[in-house]
Amino acid sequence: MYYFDHCASTPPLPEVIRTMAEVMAEHYANPSSLHRGGAEAAKLLERARAVIAGAFGTEAGEWFFTSGGTESNNLAVVGAARQYRSRGNHLITSAVEHPSVLEPFRMLEREGFRVTYLPVDGCGVVSPEAVEAALTDETTLVSVMHVNNEVGSVQPLAAIGSLLHRRPRTLFHVDGVQSIGKLPVRLREWGVDLLAASAHKVGGPRGIGLLYKREGVRLAPLMGGGGQEGGVRPGTENVPAIVAAAKAFRLAVESQKQRAGRMYRLRGKLLACVAAIPELVLNGGGSADDPAGTGGSEEKEPAAAPHIVHFSYPGMKPEVFVHMLEKHRILASTKSACSSKDDKPSAVLEAMGADRERAASGIRISFGDEHGDAELEWLCGMLGQVVKKLKPLERKMNE
Amino acid sequence: MKTDMILVRFGELTVKGRNRGQFEKRMVEQVKRMLRPFPNASIERTYGRLYISLNGEAYEEIAAKLKDVFGIVSFSPVRRTESELEAIQAAAVDVMRALPKEPETFKVSARRVLKAFPHNSQEMNHLVGSSVLRAFPALKVDVRTPEVELRVEIQPEGTYIFSEVVPGAGGFPFGTNGKAMLMLSGGIDSPVAGYLAMRKGLEIEAVHFHSYPFTSEQAKEKVIELARRLAYYSGKAIKLHLVSFTEIQTAFTQSNQDHLIITLMRRSMLRIAERLAERSGALGIVSGDSLGQVASQTLSSMNVIGRTVGLPLLRPLIMTDKNDIIRMAERIGTYKTSILPYEDCCTLFVPKSPSTNPNLKVVEKVESFVPRLSDMIEEAVAGTETIHVSEQTPAGLLSAGREDWF
Repeated sequence: MYYFDHCASTPPLPEVIRTMAEVMAEHYANPSSLHRGGAEAAKLLERARAVIAGAFGTEAGEWFFTSGGTESNNLAVVGAARQYRSRGNHLITSAVEHPSVLEPFRMLEREGFRVTYLPVDGCGVVSPEAVEAALTDETTLVSVMHVNNEVGSVQPLAAIGSLLHRRPRTLFHVDGVQSIGKLPVRLREWGVDLLAASAHKVGGPRGIGLLYKREGVRLAPLMGGGGQEGGVRPGTENVPAIVAAAKAFRLAVESQKQRAGRMYRLRGKLLACVAAIPELVLNGGGSADDPAGTGGSEEKEPAAAPHIVHFSYPGMKPEVFVHMLEKHRILASTKSACSSKDDKPSAVLEAMGADRERAASGIRISFGDEHGDAELEWLCGMLGQVVKKLKPLERKMNE
Repeated sequence: MKTDMILVRFGELTVKGRNRGQFEKRMVEQVKRMLRPFPNASIERTYGRLYISLNGEAYEEIAAKLKDVFGIVSFSPVRRTESELEAIQAAAVDVMRALPKEPETFKVSARRVLKAFPHNSQEMNHLVGSSVLRAFPALKVDVRTPEVELRVEIQPEGTYIFSEVVPGAGGFPFGTNGKAMLMLSGGIDSPVAGYLAMRKGLEIEAVHFHSYPFTSEQAKEKVIELARRLAYYSGKAIKLHLVSFTEIQTAFTQSNQDHLIITLMRRSMLRIAERLAERSGALGIVSGDSLGQVASQTLSSMNVIGRTVGLPLLRPLIMTDKNDIIRMAERIGTYKTSILPYEDCCTLFVPKSPSTNPNLKVVEKVESFVPRLSDMIEEAVAGTETIHVSEQTPAGLLSAGREDWF
């Protein structure tokens, strides 16, 4: 199989699986128990926290374990909005956020909060000026993702962070699920107050996520329980998954730079091959000569993530395309895996100004460390063949 | 100016007369140890000073470590050049140019140790000053309160030029003033007392009293972590004596003298510490007492408690306010560990109203009624567990699980 769906999930690293199994076998005591077994399990948690904090240049006390990216995003958005409601009622996010961010905002709207959904440009990027214009004295939270999970656009977090730096009463939440291990995540430098991450996007176990909460920030918890994780996220901690996740995150952050270089090169190759197929339209930033979309500047932050190529085949149902690729042992996806089973056009593509046909026919290729030139060439060849086969079947989506 | 050398000045130890050689030797050892992670840096020793040649190593990283070496009064990033007028003038301009911000006023202070140098100090002030003025037309000389004092030292081996003087930790090199036992409780004060004792050149061994199962394993790990931090400053492993105090403490709680129990405990702890001190040749006991802070730290309590032992009781914090102690603890990196919420044996069994004014005769009498007290003290000494804690000793946390899991 050629697995090109890394945005949805990544193959767990062998050393992560080994760690998880060993910890699971040896440390089954409840970390909240008073006895030695509990104390040892609790120490493993703290060491895992310290390892993660070290990887991101932060303090151990700023990291909390959750059940995954969705819970981290929910806890950050809802927890912050409710906690600081006495300061104000207005929240800002972007139109291209992941459902685990958008849905909590819709929930908050039903609770009476006012939410501004910022537009994006044709590449899927939010402008810092739009953030600035939307800010009011009532704004308590700005939530902008780092890398878009569908098209891979990269948001200008440094610029947004510096805007918010002058407004200590407005918190800055970042959904970092798709960016960790792919791009540098500079929490301190950007002034990030809250960040969500998910271990299975970096070769870690499923069902475990991270929430970064800058020291001093408070959150209203979503769950009531035994007071674990400082009461922010009660519930018995999943010790083996947490230890394995710490390893996965550390490895991902340590190898990020080297990975990005390699992947941008592969991305450029794939962009060139998609561009050569006239039926396909590329979505998102970057080009074959400039896969990072920096225009050759070394200082400029990239506009496109290194591991995602997204295109539309207007006139074709994307699931047909996906299944055709699958016949050739290639696994790709339509939009985000979380919402790929509904057949509505992509809200992200619509927000980027795509017409309905283009928005309803998106294909996402996302790759990882196991891919090299050979795999990319195989994929390119197959894309051409599949398009050739499907061409006679092209029809309007609405027929 | 890229710093190529650091001039290190020793502090109080220069008054030590005949012991000076000994002190300087210790200093060199300490600095060498500190430089171990920087293999290219080398040391040159001259009278009362050290010169560290960076040979490409990062100045900032070495400077950060130098600030923690006891016995260094100050240091300066310097530029070294040949002792020739033109080279000195050019280097002086370089040093001025490298300042983070151009000052408005400056002066030159030249020192001529190499008497064969053709110009005297006065002339040099003038000669160097005028070449700097030519390079910076906006600059003015102010001999009284200059913003920058450009120092030029003409030594036989070369001329050193610098303007910055960074204060060091001061004190004496570790272990040059003998050895003492530190009563290390796990609170905020005692690690700071230990730090100050070490800064005065004392080698320390730490004593910690625990009352397992009344105190937890985490309390012990907390103390190991504190000792580890202190070992960073000493540069070598610190002996940590872990004494089980459960039996003695339990005996005191049964004597029905609740308000005296802290006094009684302290006296027994001191006796045990003194016996341990005898065993290891320590000549004093350091504690984190601060006058008036708690009941056992009133003058009256300290009198009754202190009379237990013959060794000098050293209390570096005695006249210090709590806020100042906290600030010091933060600076030396022990505060965060100290405030971890684990019981130590003094916070257990604390009576509602401990005596602030105990009577020595009464206390002695109560002690005489405690069965087997001196035996228990001997047993506690005999049962002491001693561990060597070095900076590299993995803290409790880091020993969790296996290395390859993370």
